[in-house]
Parts: sequence; structure tokens; C-alpha cells
Amino acid sequence: MEHSLRKQEQILSKIANNDGHGENSAFFDGWKAYDTDPYHPTQNPNGVIQMGLAENQLSFDLVEEWVRNNPKASICTAEGASEFKDIAIYQDYHGLPAFRNAVARFMEKVRGNRVRFDPDRIVMSGGATGAQETLAFCLADPGDALLVPTPYYPANDRDLTWRTGVKLVPVVCDSSNDFKMTLSGLEAAYKTAQDSNVKVKGLLLNNPSNPLGTVLDREALTMALRFTNDRNIHLICDEIYSATVFDEPGFISIAEIAQENPNCNTDLIHIVYSLSKDLGFPGFRVGILYSYNDAVVACARKMSSFGLVSTQTQHMLASMLSDEAFVERFLAESAARLGARRGVLCRGLAQMGLGSLRGSAGLYCWMDLRRLLKAATFEAEMELWRVVIHDVRINVSPGASFHCSEPGWFRVCFANMDDDTMRVALNRIAKLVIQSSSNSEAAAARKPCRRRSKLEVSLSFRRLDEIMMSSPHSPMTSPLVRART
Amino acid sequence: MIQTPPKESTRRPTRTGMRLIVPLQGVVQGRGGILLGSLIPCALFYFLQFYLKRNRSPPPPNPPSRSTSSANLSELPRSSSRPNLLSRGASMGRVQLSGRANNVAKPDESPYYIGLDRVREDAYDEVSNPDGVMQLGLSENRLSLDLIEERLSKNLTDLMSGAGGGGGGGALGMRGIATYQPMDGLLEFKMAMADFMTEAMGNTVSFDPSRMVLTSGATPALEILSFCLADPGNAFLVPAPYYPGFDRDMKWRTGVELIPVHCRSCDNFTLSITALEQAFNQARKRGQKVRGILISNPSNPVGNMLNPYDILDFARERNIHIISDEIFAGSTYGNEKFVSMAEIVDSEDAFKDRVHIVYGLSKDLCIPGFRVGVIYSFNENVLKASKKLTRFSSVSTPTQQILAPMLSDKRFIQEYINTNRQRIQSMYDLFVAGLRELGLECTESSGGLYCWVDMSKLISPYNEKGELDLWDKLLNTAKINVTPGSACHCIEPGWFRFCFTTLKVKEVPLVIERIRKVVESCKPSV
Repeated sequence: MEHSLRKQEQILSKIANNDGHGENSAFFDGWKAYDTDPYHPTQNPNGVIQMGLAENQLSFDLVEEWVRNNPKASICTAEGASEFKDIAIYQDYHGLPAFRNAVARFMEKVRGNRVRFDPDRIVMSGGATGAQETLAFCLADPGDALLVPTPYYPANDRDLTWRTGVKLVPVVCDSSNDFKMTLSGLEAAYKTAQDSNVKVKGLLLNNPSNPLGTVLDREALTMALRFTNDRNIHLICDEIYSATVFDEPGFISIAEIAQENPNCNTDLIHIVYSLSKDLGFPGFRVGILYSYNDAVVACARKMSSFGLVSTQTQHMLASMLSDEAFVERFLAESAARLGARRGVLCRGLAQMGLGSLRGSAGLYCWMDLRRLLKAATFEAEMELWRVVIHDVRINVSPGASFHCSEPGWFRVCFANMDDDTMRVALNRIAKLVIQSSSNSEAAAARKPCRRRSKLEVSLSFRRLDEIMMSSPHSPMTSPLVRART
Repeated sequence: MIQTPPKESTRRPTRTGMRLIVPLQGVVQGRGGILLGSLIPCALFYFLQFYLKRNRSPPPPNPPSRSTSSANLSELPRSSSRPNLLSRGASMGRVQLSGRANNVAKPDESPYYIGLDRVREDAYDEVSNPDGVMQLGLSENRLSLDLIEERLSKNLTDLMSGAGGGGGGGALGMRGIATYQPMDGLLEFKMAMADFMTEAMGNTVSFDPSRMVLTSGATPALEILSFCLADPGNAFLVPAPYYPGFDRDMKWRTGVELIPVHCRSCDNFTLSITALEQAFNQARKRGQKVRGILISNPSNPVGNMLNPYDILDFARERNIHIISDEIFAGSTYGNEKFVSMAEIVDSEDAFKDRVHIVYGLSKDLCIPGFRVGVIYSFNENVLKASKKLTRFSSVSTPTQQILAPMLSDKRFIQEYINTNRQRIQSMYDLFVAGLRELGLECTESSGGLYCWVDMSKLISPYNEKGELDLWDKLLNTAKINVTPGSACHCIEPGWFRFCFTTLKVKEVPLVIERIRKVVESCKPSV
């Protein structure tokens, strides 16, 4: 058996055999648990609720409505048939001009029309996944490195390193300052790489951040720009969540910072985007690479042959995104719904004494479950996570899979379900908290929960507001911890 | 320390280049600050690439692929692969891109790509641009689009009316359109593709949806297989002349090599097993590991059918993979029957783990824009790895939903395949007859969307330069874009690929007339 397995491995390449895909990590285990036993309100009420997938389904009805009212956009209908032939045979990797124009205008709108994007610099790719990989191929050789602030999206490991041979060097951020990136953190990471004789080719930022749900402020972005310019390395900004911002502070794009700093070298600046999150269209596989560097645009465009967007999809999106009225309405409505939903989740969690990092964007929140850990270790985090998956039956993503430096943080996604499912999820989490508190001798922890013995999650109380106002790592800790220390 | 290279270092330019690059890298990394980090490397960089260009040497810090391909260049006098120089890439100045990017970003020098660009800039249009360039250099099928158009518009109306709230069954409803779906394709769509492939390949073998991984076109399918089956520096044997895109799909980002196995006109460009064996043995002597053989069947650019049994036996004896690109399987005409690799691989055969088929809808179904490709493999591990790799190149879900009902409509597909075949046959007959009038003959072919034309008597001198001169005349004087044999790595000069399925029937005489002018101007004055 082992012999035949080894023989199998020998006939394939190293890439096919190695773990570079990262799918053996905990991040994906939860998905597997969900896949085998998915929650359904009537057919499978005890199934696993998926809160580990950052998908935006809250505003899909608006899109559905538009598609139904605009049959011409889908060229495969009687109304749209006249354009069918040209679209069906068009395989130019430049992409339909109408599509590129529409995407450029959309990106401008999301940034409040504070910047302009040149449609000729827009390059297609197979989702943001493809865009990240293409940039890694273009900017770095095998063995080179990219700096990435932690915690970061787990699939970066696969997208940026698997086939490219590029390394990722973490820039450690921690809860002491709300996980903000610091200059000393950047310098330390850069030095670590240099000390190991590894060439750093760039810095990858995710703004708004996944998993934090926060946006980078002007100072941070300017610092990153200066840091990279000084060392003549690239700055890649993944702005895939740019239109999921629902609150202050608002979103500032690297494009704006570049505009404000005319002396910077724009040849080093690249933006990754996609319609998967902002619009909720992951199935369309629309990835966008925008670079201010002509050579990168030329190279990436040729590589886009490996991940072109279906022209049928390009055509439909060109129509949809140029419908100004629809886009404005969609962006406003989507942001409002996301904000409301996040509010429900965070208030619900706060009621149970669970804090989360204050954020104004994204489809998830960065939950602080440190007080539920038996010990401040990653093993304890894994143990807690297993309880959450198997006993509480919710898939959330543990901080370790995001390379977080501190145990106890979990990413919880809220935009891929309806209100009822959210209520069920909160009830289940409440049970977990009760269970956890009842395991200790601290009676104080039980009080708030006893008052609501029916386990109904209700809205604002004064205590709630207190919890919401305070930072999650304030003295609002469990009596458990207090008792021990 | 930076040295000025000695003038007679042409003998060993590599080492001298090395002496320049290493300190250069240090300075460019910015250890010397902005001034040193920008001005000095900039100047040195320009000097370096000027020096290298003069001496025509491969630049030193290379992935293995480049040095081995230059070895191939010296062995085989005829090749139109791009020269391995940093010549034009240097305009990036002080911002460094990767070595891979430098290679890829260079302006295309292959006539295949230059021709495509020319058509893009100056495309023929009957009304608005009658003097434009006519496209016979892209193997596209426009003959049967009307049938698809009609069937699809009927499709979508059904889909829309059952829409809103998951109508249409499972993932094929509207709500399923935008959410994350399995990256390797919807099961419903895979089943539809399996049905279609079975029909297209003559109903002699049935395809199993669980052996499929969908990709956005056949281009990424080939690249993914290349990543799965070979490590950087390994090689695939490929019968030449071959499709110019193989160089991009199999080599660019993978670091894998292609070793052409030349076919000759005296054999009607059929693959000789002796030549295959020779190539394999030579590679082994060089220390180059051959991981497999890549074939296109029906062949592009020649249009003939390969004997899959011979290939299978050869590969089995040497324990190497077979990648069979069968993208033109449904576009056959004439008397020869197409035999897929899938047909001859026994399900009990242990060797089936090394057989992989690439297919797609761009040719047989005339819809290259929709980006639908398939990796069909008998190897579970390859499927597992490809499923993960296809995340970078997956098929659009709405496109799958729109196509699935049509592909599963057996009656429609049968009619379509037959009608399409007939139309290709008529066009082929018409076009070949026209060429014959001009004294031009083509190889016997029975598949594909093109014919392989012998214009060797018209070129002077009888070599690659002569061929490219003729190609230039055809492109710029006659204004037709065709693909010269050198772009396809053909060892005999003077052969051209003419794709005729991009034309309307009434355009054929026009094309023939344009070719006639060039033919006449090339006739040797005896």
C-alpha cells in the first residue's frame, strides 16, 4: 500500500504532491465538516452553520432583479442574440472594452470618485486568486519573498506561493494596538528576510483587512508607501472588500495615497480587485489586476490567457456596472445591510460578554474568544475550535489559520445567511458560553445568562453598550481569568 | 566590486555577465540608498543589456528552461522561439520585475502573434474596411455559430422564466449563479460535458463526469497538467510542427521544456516512432528527464489523425505520461475516423494512470469567448491536484448554467455535430480547390479547421528567411494573415497553415485572388 502510494507520487510533479495548496490546514477542516453536514432550517436543523466563508449574499436579490429586467445583457436570450456571435468568438486577452470601462468606472465610484482609473490598465484574471498569483509571477522569482502583515487570509499561502515558489514573510501585528501595522514591525520582518539571505520583492496589504474587518488609515498607507519606495520594492494592495465598508472610518485606496504623493514611484504600485465580495459574484470568476507599471500590465495581460473571464460574463457585467442608477442604489443598500447585520452579530456576542475588534468593513468580524480558552495557547484554541465545530455546530475560522500571533481570536462571517439562521447561530454561541461558564466556579459569569434563561437573544441593554464601547482587550475579562491571576 | 567586462569575453560571456549581475543586485536592493539604488544600477543595467545583446548570450540568472531552450536552438537550425535576450525588457528602468516577467513581457516576435496583432489593428470588413487583413491565422470556427445562437436563446428564456428562488433544479437556479460553487465545475455541467464529448467523438466511448476537471479554456488545462506531471527542467516530447500556443501553455510559468520530434512531408507529416525513440534517447543522453509526450489529435497545424495505439505502446514502454489534446475531435471531415485515447485505454490497464486528455468548447462548439476547457484524466491524484489548481482558472458559473441544457440535448447535439462537419467539409473542398487552381497543394487532412499548404516552391532562398519573406508578403501585400511553418517549429521551410473556417463562402474567391497576386509575384523567372 505504501509502496504503491510512493510509486504514485513519483509519477507526478513536486507541486502535485506537496502541501502547497494549504488545504490540510484547520481553515479547510471546518469547511469539510460543513460540506458533509450542512445546516438547513427544516431539512437539517442540527447541521453545521457556515460562518467560515466570506461570501456576500445579503444583496443578491437586487442583482437578481436587475438581471431579470435586463434580458438583453445576457446575450443568450432572444433580445440579446444580435450580439451573440461577436461575443462568443471574442477571445482577445485585452477583454471587451465596454467591460473594462465599466469596471474602471465602478472602481472609481466605490472610491467616491476621488481617483481615476485607466481602463487600459485593467487586466483580467481567474478571480482575485488568479490576480494575486499572476502578480507573484510577475514581481518575484522562486525563492524571493513578499511581506504580509498578520493575521492574513489563509489562502494567500496557496495563491502567492504554491506554483510561484515565492515565500511569505509575516509582519507581526498584535492586539496591543488593535492589530495595526507598525513601522517597527515592517522593519523587523524585512530584516528577518535579509538575515536569511532572502530577497524581499514587495509588501502585500489587504485593505479593508481580512480577517480584521478594519480599514487602513492615511498614516498607515503613507507609511507603507514610503517604506516600499525607500527600498524600491513593490506595494500590492488587495482591495477586494472596498465596497463592503459600512461605517466610519471610511475606505481610503492606495490610489488616493499615490495621488497625494506625486513624487512616489508608481511603477511599484499594483491593485488587486474582484467582484466576488463587493457584488457577491464569486461564481462569475472575475478577477482584476490594476497596475501603474506598464511592463507589469503587459506581462500580466499575456498571463491572463490562463484565466480569462468568460465574454458572456464580461458582457453582462459591462451592462450592469454601467447602469449608474443600479450601481448607486446597490452600493448604498449593500453597505447598509452589511452594517445592520454586523450590528446584530456584535450586539448578540456582546450580550454574552464576547467582544470583537471594532471594524467598519468586510463580511466578518474578528471575534475575541480569549476568555473561553483554557490556556493562552494555540492548542487550547484548537480545542475550543473543535468544540465549536463539533458540539456547537458552527464553522468559524481559528486565528491560527490566519497566522495570528495570539491565540483566542476567531473570524466569524455573517453575510452568507438570512436573519433566521443568524439568530440560530447566536443561540448556539450563547449555549457555548453558558457551558463554558458553568464549567468554572465563577457565579458572576452566569448572571447575565440566567436573566435570559430562554436563551433568546434580544437587543440593546445598557450593559451591552458598555461592552460595545470598550475595546475587546479592556479589563472586561472573565472572572475565570481574574480568579486565576 | 564592479568590473568592466573584457572585450574578447565572447567566448565565455556567461561568467562575465555573472560578475556584473551579482554586485548589481546588491546595489539595486537599496543597500546603498536611493541614489546608488537608482542611478547606478540603472546605468549598469543598460550597459549590461547592451553588452549582452551584442554578444548574443543567454543572461546568467536564469531558470533552467531558458538555457536548455538555447541548447535546442543550436541543435535545430529552424525555430522561431523568441530570442533569449533582455533586450527590450530593460525599459522598466530601475524597477525590477521577475526573470519570468522579463521573458513574458517582451514584444512577441513570433509571426503567429504578430499576425494576430495585425488583424486586430486592421481587420477586414466587407463594408467598412474592404482592404483590411483577412484572418486565416486563427483556428476559429464561425461556420456554425448560428445554430448555437438559436439553441441558446431558447435555453435562457426557459432558465429565466423558471428563475428566482432556485428554479431550474439545484445549482442551475438563479441563486446558484453567483455563490461559490465547486471550483472544478458544477456536477450538472460536467454531466452535460460528458454527454457532449461522447457525441462529438463519435459515440465510441462514454466519458465519466467524475474524471473531469473544468478550466477556463484548454490553455489553462494544458498548463495545469504541465505543473502536475513535470518539475522545472523536465521535458515533454511533442511532434512538430505543433500549435504555437503550446510553447506558452506548457513552458512559460512552469519551467518545463518541449522537445520537438520532427515529422516530414515525405511521410505526409505523420509521426514516426523511430523519430520519437531517437528524440527520447537523445534527451536521456543529455540528462534531460522526459516526463511525457504531448500530442494534438486531430493534429494542429497539419490536420491529420495520429495512431493512438502506437503512442500508447511507446509511452507504456518508457513509463511516461500521454497528454492528448483532442480539442478538434468534433471537427473532423473526410473518411478517416477519429479515435480518442479514452477509447483505447482499458479500464483495467494500470497504465491508464498516465493518460490525460485535454478538451474544450472553443473549436467544436465555436465559442472560444466563453472559456470552457476540460482536463480528463484516469489518474485520481492528477484529478485531485488539478481540482485545487483550477482555482486559478475556473469556469464562470453562469456560463455553465447557460450551456448545460444545450449540451445535454442529445438530439440537438447530434444534428449540430453532423451539420458542422458537413459545413467544414464543404468549406475545405471549396478552399482546397481554389488553392489547387493556383498550383498549391496541401497535405491530406481529415480534421481541424485549417489546411497545411505547401508553398515551398515559392520561397527563395529555401530556408526560414525565405519563408518569412513570403509570410510578410502575404500579410502586408496580399493582406491575409496565415501561420508560417516556422512559428509551428516545422523543420521544412515553405509550409503554411491556412484556417478556412473563419471565412464566409463568398469570401473564398476573394482570398484566392489575393493569394494569386502573391503567387504570381513569387514565380521563379525561368
